Parts: sequence; C-alpha cells; structure tokens
Amino acid sequence: MSRLKKVLLTSSIVAVLAIPLTASSEIAETPTFTPKQLADWLHLVMSTDRAVYTKKIVNRLVKKDKVIKASEHFEDDKALVLPAQMFRFGAEEVSKKTDQFTYSLQSLWPINKQNAPRTDVEKAGLAYVAENKGENYYGVEELGGTTYFTAVYADPAVAPVCVSCHNEHKDTPKSDFKIGDVMGGVVIRIPVKG
Amino acid sequence: MKRNTWLWLTWILLTIALTTYLVMKINNKAADKSFFLPGDTTHGHHQIELACNACHSESFADEEAIQNACMNCHGDALKENKDKHPKSKFTDPRNADRVEILDARYCVTCHVEHTPEITQDMGVTMPPDYCNLCHNDIAKERPSHEGMAFDTCASAGCHNYHDNQALYEDYLVKHLHKPDILDRQEMPPDLNLAEYAPMLPDYPSKDYPVERLKLVEADYPQDIDIDMEIVHSWYDTAHANSGVNCNACHQQTVEEETVWVNKPDHTSCATCHAPEVDGFLMGKHGMRLDVEKLERSLSPMTPAMAKLPMKKDAKHKELTCNSCHGAHDYDTQTARVDTCLGCHNDEHSLAYFDSPHHELWKKELAGELPEHSGVTCATCHMPRIEKEFMDGMFYMGIVQHNQNDTLKPNEKMIRPVCMDCHSLGFSIDALADLKLINNNFSGQPSVHIESMDMAEVRMIEAEEKKKRLREQQNN
Repeated sequence: MSRLKKVLLTSSIVAVLAIPLTASSEIAETPTFTPKQLADWLHLVMSTDRAVYTKKIVNRLVKKDKVIKASEHFEDDKALVLPAQMFRFGAEEVSKKTDQFTYSLQSLWPINKQNAPRTDVEKAGLAYVAENKGENYYGVEELGGTTYFTAVYADPAVAPVCVSCHNEHKDTPKSDFKIGDVMGGVVIRIPVKG
Repeated sequence: MKRNTWLWLTWILLTIALTTYLVMKINNKAADKSFFLPGDTTHGHHQIELACNACHSESFADEEAIQNACMNCHGDALKENKDKHPKSKFTDPRNADRVEILDARYCVTCHVEHTPEITQDMGVTMPPDYCNLCHNDIAKERPSHEGMAFDTCASAGCHNYHDNQALYEDYLVKHLHKPDILDRQEMPPDLNLAEYAPMLPDYPSKDYPVERLKLVEADYPQDIDIDMEIVHSWYDTAHANSGVNCNACHQQTVEEETVWVNKPDHTSCATCHAPEVDGFLMGKHGMRLDVEKLERSLSPMTPAMAKLPMKKDAKHKELTCNSCHGAHDYDTQTARVDTCLGCHNDEHSLAYFDSPHHELWKKELAGELPEHSGVTCATCHMPRIEKEFMDGMFYMGIVQHNQNDTLKPNEKMIRPVCMDCHSLGFSIDALADLKLINNNFSGQPSVHIESMDMAEVRMIEAEEKKKRLREQQNN
C-alpha cells in the first residue's frame, strides 16, 4: 500500500469514528432545560435526601428506638446531626465547589434569626409557599450586580422530630407546629446574568 | 545639545535604572527586601516579614492570591476551630448587601498588616464595629443586650468572631455552677505514635520496626569518632525503645546519595513526628524555617529577633527542634519548663516559679503527684491534644507545637487546656484578668464576665416557657 493510500485510509477511519463522538459532544453541550426545571430537579434531590435522613435515621433512632439524641451541638453532645444542619453543611460544601447555584434553608419563624428571609423575593416566596400548600414560588432578583433566578419551595414537617424539636426550642418564635405544616422554605438561586 | 535636554536624558535614564533595580529586587525571592517594608509588621508575622511572597505570593497580587496565602497558613486552624463566619457564609448571594458594607470574604478586610498604629494587643487590626454591621438589631432577640456598646461584643470576653467553641450559650449553661477547681480532672491524651507507626504508609517500619533496641545495636558508622555518652543518652530514650536507630535520623538522601549527616534538621524529625514539626513551623519558634510556604530559606529564629523580653545571654540561640529537646537525650521534662525559661524573660514567665501551677509541677517531679498533674509552660502553651487525621479516619495524641493555637485570643485556651482542671466560669474570668495573667495565676480572678449569668437567665426563661407550653397542651 502506498503512503498516500495509508494516509487516506487512516483519515477515513478516524473521520467515521469521530462522527458519533462529535454528535455525542454536541448533544452534551445543547441546552435542553430551563433554570426552573434545573431548580426543581435540584430541590427534588435535596428534599428527598433530607426526608430520608430525617425519617430513616433521626426519627427512627431518636423517637422510635430511643438509642441516641439529635443535637445542634452534636459533637459536644455525642449526638446525631440535626436534619437542618445536615442540609446546611451540604449547602456550605457545595458553595465551596461551585458558584453555578446556591441553596439555603430559611423560615418565617427561624430559630437562628440569621435564617429569616432577607431579600424581597425570599420574603414573598416564603410567605407564598406557607399560604399555598403544594405550590412553589419563582422569581428573578438582582443581588450584588448579578441577576438570579430564584426558586422557593415549602419545607414541611415530615416527622415528629421536626415538630417536637422546633416547638420546644428556646429560641423558636412559634411553638404550635403540627406534622405536615410548612416550617420554612428551601431557596435555590441560579445566576442567569451578570 | 541644550543643557535642559541633557538634564531630561539623565533623569529618564536614572528613572529607568532605578525602576529596573527595584523590579529585579522584588522578583528575586532571595534578595533583602527590607527597603520595601511599608511599616512595622505584627508580632505574628515579623519573623517572616522579609519573605514577602509568603503573603503577597507575587508582585501586585490580587485579593484572591493574598486570601489564598492567608488560608495556606491559617486555613487548617480555622477549620479545626469550627470558624463561625466562614467565607461560604458571605459568598451566598443573599448576603451581597452585607458584603458591600463589610467584605468578610477576605481576611484583609479586618486584619491589615504593616499598620502598627491601629494594630491591637492581640496582634491584628480589627474594626471596632464589625459585629454591629450585621447584628445591630440583636437587642430584639436578646433584650439583655439592650444598650450595650457596639464595640463590646468581642472585647468584653463574651463572643469571638471565629472560634466560639467555649463561649456558645448552651455550652455556658452546661457548665454553670461548677467549682473553680474541678473534682474530676482530665488528663491530657497519651502520645501513642508507637501504636500507629506500623500502620502509617510513610513510616519506615521495614528498616526500623517498633521494638526495643540493645546498646550494641546502635548502627552509627564505624569510621566516625563518636562520644559513647551520646550513645548511652540515645539508649535511654523512647527512640531506642521503639526501634529508632542512629541511621533513622542521621542518614539522609543528598543529591540522590545516602549520606550520614552529623546534625540532622527538623526535616529528619518530621519523618516520624510530622504533626509536631508542622506545628513548630506554624508557630513563632519555627515559622522562619518553612521553606515551602516562604518560598525562600531564612536563618532559624533567635530570641534576639523576638518582640517579647528575652534573656540577654540567650539572644543568639538558634531555634530548631534540638534547641528545646536536646539532641539524643530528648528530655521532655526539661523541654516543659527549663528550656522555655532559658530564653523567655517577661513578667508572666518569670512569675511562674511562684505560681500554684509550679507547685504542682514540683510535686509531680518529686513523685508526690501522678504524671501530668503538674502544670508547666508546655501544659498551656504546647498542650497535648487529640488530633484528627485523614478527615476523621483516626485520632492520635500529639503535642501542639504551634503555641499560638491556644494563645491569641486566649479564649482558645479554655477548652483544650484550662478546663482539664478548672470550671468554665473560672477560666473565662481568669483569662480576662490581665493582672492575674501577669502574675501567672497566683490568686483569684478580680474580673467577672457576665456571659454565664446572662445564659442562666435565658435558660430559666426558656424552661418557664416550655412549662407553660406543656400546660397549654395538656389543657
């Protein structure tokens, strides 16, 4: 086989093999979902993971089996991390790894007052999800020169431990939560401009 | 050519020459850069002030590069102390308005170097109103705080921006009404390197298995003239008891060749005592030797360079591991008091000999009290701690050789040191009493910090509220 033939043959094989690769790379880079869908999916993962931790670990071991406590000072008290802390620790770790989205847990009745809503969208969103059970709130806001798509999701009491802990905490401004009540909200922000 | 033209040409050439000289000097890591120091450096950094790159990383570095340099040295301590205001709190967009007022994403927003006129006793600058900028409505939540001055949050001994481990409210409540000296005193953790050594991947277990060596097994080269007293000193140490032979420290690889080194440095010690050497290099004694972080080599620290009063006859002692531990005999008793007071000459140090802590140490030395009952310089300033390794995979007892880990602010000393023997309330008050610190804790605190009283009032209120709630539910 002449040198020219070898080159032509090799190039053809490479070109044929590259077609699916190019197609797959194009598909991977093609936008197929909206910021709202992305926020909804992120929230689905977050709320599901936290509900699993709350029900299958905290509620089971604290309320049912009574073998361990859950405490906000979990290290000093040799206790389980509270579900809200588990969520916040995750949010902190994520914020160290990406600035493509952030999330936080807030409430109109916060135990730590720093977790009260601060921006207009947060205030409107938390009020909306508390009054409209099963609905989410979506808004756009500009913070620090960047425009964000912001989604707010209701955070209901999924287990008895949520209710007893919040109702009895010395810093709680509300002591009559029931199972299923909206206790706060998850706020997810995705930068869209700026 | 006119006279003015010559003058202009000379001026331009001189400017170019001077600029070139200064730029070359800045970019030469090993050059003496004292000319560029804009002002006195703090007592935490003055030892390394000529290693500009350690903080500035490069000429005209941006704020991210400087922040990385801060975290390169201080990041681990912030993590270990459970920093209450980590950067992630301020990168959250919901706090963008706060960042505009106080950009707490960067250490240098509060802690500025080379500004001795505003540097505080603790060795850092701090804006007096930094708490107030975010927490100015605290009295709504804590009526007891109504009317408190905006600069008293941290200065009154109640709060600490970074490390609140000994000061948070529930912890105060948990330790209410305990006697000044606790009935059950905690002993510091044992050093258990021998237990872990065989499991550590880098430990040279193959050449130096952890087992007792005999005197005749000392493996120094036969062609060197050695003082047998040295060999006997080694034989009486934990080294000989744990299989650490002469070559383990003295044999080093230089230019790919294994050679005998008469005076091995801290890098040799770090082969087995890495956490202790890391602490030494982080602390004031050893930070000049951290070539990796400084990106240049500096001579060892000497008492002559210190900002604290030091003994005149010790001024030119060079500080390495062996300065305190003594090569071969590694007498840890001497390293706890005598070596410290061989150099340190300030009021607090000199008052140690008349202190109750020294009385306990004397009794321990006399065999009247068990081991670790005595309180030495090292007990407080280089305490034994249980340190986490590999993200919590295992914990090992080590001696913290970074004395600042428990020093400034001194509340950092409460949990790992004071509370081994004393109550929280006593410790908070004692550490707020400068006179008591100066006389090395001979007497009772004359200062009282009210944080525990306030926490108790809130606890009583919370219990009453809970009682009322239960009564309502029952009705």
